[in-house]
Amino acid sequence: MKFTTIKLLALSLTVAFTSHSIAHENHAKAGEVNLYSARKEALIKPLLDSFTEQTGIQVNIISSKADALLKRIQSEGINSPADVLLTTDAGRLYRAKQAGIFTEVNSQILDQNISTQYRDSDSHFFGLSVRVRPILVTEKAKKYEISSYESLTNPTFNKQICIRSSNNIYNQSLVASMIEANGEKATEEWAKEFVKNFARRPQGGDRDQIRAAAVGQCSIAIANTYYLAQMLAEPEDSKDYIAAKKLNVIWPNQSDRGAHVNVSGAGVIKTAPNKENAIKFIEFLSSDLAQEIYANVNYEYPVKQDIKTHEILNAWGDFTADSVSLDKLGENNAAAIKLMDRVGWK
Amino acid sequence: LSIFYSATASLNKAKKNHTLIWQIASVAIAALVIFPIATLVILSVTNSDTASTEIWSHLSNTVLFDYISGSLQLMTGVAICTLLLGIGSAWLVTQYSFVGVRFFNWALLLPLAMPTYITAYSYTGLFDIAGPVQSSIRSVFNLGYGEYWFPEIRSMSGAIFVMSFVLYPYVYLLARASFIDQSQHLNDAAQLFGFSRLKVFFKITLPIARPAIVAGVSLALMETLADFGAVSYFGVSTFTTGIFRTWYGLDSVQSAAQLSITLLMFVIVLLALEKHSRKQSSYHDKNRGQKSLPKKLSGAKQVLAILLISSPVLLGFIIPVTQLFIWAMETYEQLFETSFWVLVKNTLLLATITSFIALIFALTVAYAHRVVGNRITIFSSNVIKLGYAIPGIVIAVGTLIPLARLDNQIDAWFRNNFDISTGLIISGTIAALIIAYLVRFLSVALNTIDSGLSSIATNMDQAGRSLGESPLGVLQKIHIPMLRTSLLTALLLVFVDVMKELPATLILRPFNFNTLAIKAYELASDERLADAALASISIVIVGLLPVILLSKSIQAKK
Repeated sequence: MKFTTIKLLALSLTVAFTSHSIAHENHAKAGEVNLYSARKEALIKPLLDSFTEQTGIQVNIISSKADALLKRIQSEGINSPADVLLTTDAGRLYRAKQAGIFTEVNSQILDQNISTQYRDSDSHFFGLSVRVRPILVTEKAKKYEISSYESLTNPTFNKQICIRSSNNIYNQSLVASMIEANGEKATEEWAKEFVKNFARRPQGGDRDQIRAAAVGQCSIAIANTYYLAQMLAEPEDSKDYIAAKKLNVIWPNQSDRGAHVNVSGAGVIKTAPNKENAIKFIEFLSSDLAQEIYANVNYEYPVKQDIKTHEILNAWGDFTADSVSLDKLGENNAAAIKLMDRVGWK
Repeated sequence: LSIFYSATASLNKAKKNHTLIWQIASVAIAALVIFPIATLVILSVTNSDTASTEIWSHLSNTVLFDYISGSLQLMTGVAICTLLLGIGSAWLVTQYSFVGVRFFNWALLLPLAMPTYITAYSYTGLFDIAGPVQSSIRSVFNLGYGEYWFPEIRSMSGAIFVMSFVLYPYVYLLARASFIDQSQHLNDAAQLFGFSRLKVFFKITLPIARPAIVAGVSLALMETLADFGAVSYFGVSTFTTGIFRTWYGLDSVQSAAQLSITLLMFVIVLLALEKHSRKQSSYHDKNRGQKSLPKKLSGAKQVLAILLISSPVLLGFIIPVTQLFIWAMETYEQLFETSFWVLVKNTLLLATITSFIALIFALTVAYAHRVVGNRITIFSSNVIKLGYAIPGIVIAVGTLIPLARLDNQIDAWFRNNFDISTGLIISGTIAALIIAYLVRFLSVALNTIDSGLSSIATNMDQAGRSLGESPLGVLQKIHIPMLRTSLLTALLLVFVDVMKELPATLILRPFNFNTLAIKAYELASDERLADAALASISIVIVGLLPVILLSKSIQAKK
């Protein structure tokens, strides 16, 4: 081997300099909105594109986990390029608010478009799409009386329930909402019995629960609606479509607090270099056009009243949503996890 | 006489200068890893959360035991399997000659190009209850769920299986390099005494290769310990999933940092054991040159050898890649989008820069230790070795915080003195990413080079130095040529590791900057495995290039 360390050094320095120029291209330019997004880039891209098309404002994006993004914003401090933080659950929005990184946004458009239930009382963050976590059942379980999350502890459902790990935020917020409704003690009692009915050690994602129910490993699955809808949007001869067809949606707790819902949402960063356009961006996300994209591309429920939901969703009928405040989901999150640790919900 | 004295004095002075420079260089490089670890320590003692002691008592009452026993089980399983697979295959390809041996020589490295979580996804896709294998069992035998037995892929044994078949190449690579470097005359001598080939293997080859094998297995184990993607998908609780859960779920950065420190302690013990094992087996073969001649196999033995050697390639590479290809057929249109090629370019760029810098840094640290060999150089190399076992996200946070602080302080200084804002200089650039990669992967390069250096007798250095060469001269003229295999191996390992890296890339990257690993992960974690397949396959294909090139050039030396 004839090439020496010096040559290696020269080579890597050249490459490093080229990369440096690339890095600088990535720095924020004036007027552009810098988005820190916990929603995956592929899912949010159609919305960003149509915002740029409409306003001419470029949106730069970094997508990652919400807590990591929050840490990055905090560390970057007053020099942070971040304008908007977008998350996929209310708990993280609450956490960001508690950390003091959001600023109050007074926008008539937002107040008008988003029903009070789905925005922060101090106007620090705004829900932008609603995700529901209903109970899904196969024919086998259809004959049983399932009316609420609470009813799932019935011993007849022994080894009948498929649900993912308690690491999952939607399970955490479901339990957080139950703590709010029934108290911590009652919820722990419930969780103890609920876990006994698990068909298997919690594993995989939401779609996996639907697939497992379809082949008969369990007759009850808990999953967010958009996963079921995505599977139903596949071609009719696809395995996922056939599996999803085997499940029916039960809207839980319709006679009391309503089905558990969570939101994806966003807030404007206190140190945002470009506050004005950041607000414009969030306003756009609550507009008819954007809400229709949420509904038709991602099969979510809109936060805006008069927007039509996708026909796949319409087939499941209307439902009452739990009106628990979003703050409570965040506040109770740690308690929910500890409770799930104690009852052995893996 | 006085001329003689002054000459020796200046020679001594020059020598002192040399050692000082080597020490400074080695500490400066170690600082890369010291800063993130110090950040962790600071985070773990700063009482930012309300009740970290309460969280600890909660953890130890409930899940802490699961985390520890999960990690231990996983590591034991992976250690046993990677040792068997790695040593076994390295032995076969170096000691025997059979049809296809040249192919297997590099094909055995292929699983290295697979990110663990991607292999986990594709095996789950295949063997899951709703996957094609179980579905066809049900339809062929007309069975329902629960009427037949099938191993659960998403389980501890599934995790051990997947990780072992992805990580055994670490053992294979280092063991093979050591087997190749061992010369024939020892074996000949042993065979003269009537030792069988197998006995020679256990009595001579294996003990000599032990440092290399231990280095390989400790790399595999550290990666196992730090893995998040695969274990969390399989629903296996480990220390690393616990760190994530504590941070994300319980919102306690402090407790998460404390857990990370505990993990580090564990790694320190592991490394001490490794060191101990190296000390016991220090052997230098001074008589190099004569290479061992492989024994020709024929008939049933040849068939058996081929069967044995193809199983790791089949299970670690061909099966998961075939599954990926089947998925990718549905989404190949992505190939024609320019954004896809930007991903390839970004990935290559990061991997190339980082692997070269890592090589130079690791060589410097390893060599500083050889030239000086005092506490300072030992400390540096030990600190660097910790990096690999720290989960990527922990390293990311540990890099993010000090870098942003540095940037903000520079900015504040310029504001105060010149009324100019410099903004963030390093944070949010590729440079920040590369720093984080180095923190994590320098260890890989250092381990590899260390194990190579340890097989070169120190009297070679003395000979070189006595001929008037400086340490740098000895390095260039003696060690680099002799270390060729190790250096190329180090380069290759860092290259593919950077290509596969995910958590640090996710959080530290600049705006609008994607890599193949990010693309694959984002689609896969959205449960769109088919859409993720093309990006995954590309990681594998791009990763293949250095694997093939380097193993060709390692072979060329043979």
